[in-house]
Amino acid sequence: MSAPTPTADDVLVEIRDLHFARGDKPIFAGVDLRIRRGEVTAIMGPSGTGKTTLLKLVGGQLQPDRGTVHVDGDNVHALGITGLYRLRRRMGMLFQSGALLTDLSVFDNVAFPLREHTDLPEPVLRDLVLLKLQAVGLRGARDLMPAELSGGMARRVALARAIALDPTMVMYDEPFTGQDPISMGVLVDLIRRLNDVLGLTSIIVSHDVAETARIADRIHVLSGGRIVESGTPEALYASESEWVRQFMHGLPDGPVPFHYPAKAGFAEDLLGAAGSGHA
Amino acid sequence: MLNGLQRLGATSLEVFARLGRGFLFLLRALAGMPALALRPGLVVQQLFSVGVLSLVIIVVSGLFVGMVLGLQGYTTLVNFGADQSLGVLVALSVVRELGPVVTALLFGGRAGSALAAEIGLMKSTDQLSGMEMMAVDPMRRVIAPRLLAGFLAMPLLAAIFSFLAIFGAYLVGVGLLGVDSGAFWGQMQDAVEFREDILNGVIKSLAFGFVASWIAVFEGYDAEPTSEGVSRATTRTVVNTSLAVLGLDFVLTALMFG
Ligand SMILES: Nc1ncnc2c1ncn2[C@@H]1O[C@H](COP(=O)(O)OP(=O)(O)OP(=O)(O)O)[C@@H](O)[C@H]1O
Ligand SMILES: [Mg+2]
Repeated sequence: MSAPTPTADDVLVEIRDLHFARGDKPIFAGVDLRIRRGEVTAIMGPSGTGKTTLLKLVGGQLQPDRGTVHVDGDNVHALGITGLYRLRRRMGMLFQSGALLTDLSVFDNVAFPLREHTDLPEPVLRDLVLLKLQAVGLRGARDLMPAELSGGMARRVALARAIALDPTMVMYDEPFTGQDPISMGVLVDLIRRLNDVLGLTSIIVSHDVAETARIADRIHVLSGGRIVESGTPEALYASESEWVRQFMHGLPDGPVPFHYPAKAGFAEDLLGAAGSGHA
Repeated sequence: MLNGLQRLGATSLEVFARLGRGFLFLLRALAGMPALALRPGLVVQQLFSVGVLSLVIIVVSGLFVGMVLGLQGYTTLVNFGADQSLGVLVALSVVRELGPVVTALLFGGRAGSALAAEIGLMKSTDQLSGMEMMAVDPMRRVIAPRLLAGFLAMPLLAAIFSFLAIFGAYLVGVGLLGVDSGAFWGQMQDAVEFREDILNGVIKSLAFGFVASWIAVFEGYDAEPTSEGVSRATTRTVVNTSLAVLGLDFVLTALMFG
């Protein structure tokens, strides 16, 4: 394996030759990816290609079978537990499911990382939390419990929590899912604005091509365990590759199959009740 | 035949793997304990919820177990003219055996299953992963306080159970059946020894509390992150706690009184 060369100054995350499998099922077969500081980088790809898995590998929650992930110069998977936790303080992550703590109110959820990691006096903490909640438009919902929120609201609270510690890097897993057009627009702008005003580096994983393309500086398309194409949104819309064009324009027909591979044809499956139902 | 052997092998491997995971898990949880000294609030909160969860069932069961014991003990003892020794019989059975054992079984069914379900659900809804990504170790923040609270709550609950059981026997024996109140308490005081009986009972309840809480938090943490997995974890908590407590009770009794 190549020695971990010092990452260039403008690269925050460097993924090299990443291999990862779930059981016998390979998810990644040699992903190489560089994410630059200060940019909004989008990782797109069909459902089930491993976008969430990739974020978990970057966050050090999963161990790769081969290859390295460097964040800010540190090899994530060679760090001890203390080093890893220190690194994670600088990472915010918005989970696909929100992952709010169900026994705490909205306010306490956003306050949670602040309470765990800082000794801020309560009034300062309160102001900070309200500021973050105001940014996602949910200051008025601070006393609700997570069970009382809609899916879209929960995700916005999770976003407020992800940025509570003012991280240098935020990973958003499907931030736009379940948002109505108005909050979608606000969120899209918010992610861009947070990135630019606070000088963050943002990684967005999303299916919403149009919204993501609007704010991303660079898009990497993930398919079949590899990055199949990288570039600016404009470049990808006009890509040479039929694959990528199909995905970016959301066309149903093309080289990317919509169907999960099946052993038998559809007609055979329907007619073949006498045959092997489970084979 | 070969198939059966294969399955037996696979099952035993799985059992040993679980045991191994359980021990590693325990070590990590214990490593998270010293940090709790700085945040006693976390433990108090869990102590409250574990204790309150179990208190009603412990109080009611203690009272009834004592009343039944009083009734049964009296009908047997009176045949030998020893009905005035009811207090001794009840106190010894309760302090040595029934207090710790029944409390641990009830604790597993009530608080243990609730702990396992809570932790399992936190896992299946990504709350534990979410904490990890916020650089908060769930072992310290979630598991260690619950483990310690269960460990501390059990002896207290067992003591409450024992007091109420003796009181229940007193109500039936002295109140209904005419055992002399002085004999009931006096003989009890003479026969029950602090080291031999009470201390051993307390040791038992500490051991059971430790095992029951360990099983509960481990099953929750080790649950498959699906609704089915969580429901299996709760069931397993109750079954494994019961088996472990009863088995351990035999071993401890043999060591203490054998
Ligand atoms: N805990 C797990 N155990 C086994 N396989 C898993 C597990 N989690 C995910 N997978 C598999 O890994 C693959 C990638 O999953 P992942 O969640 O990363 O996809 P994704 O790209 O985020 O999809 P989506 O866009 O639908 O969120 C999937 O095919 C899934 O079947
Ligand atoms: Mg996903």
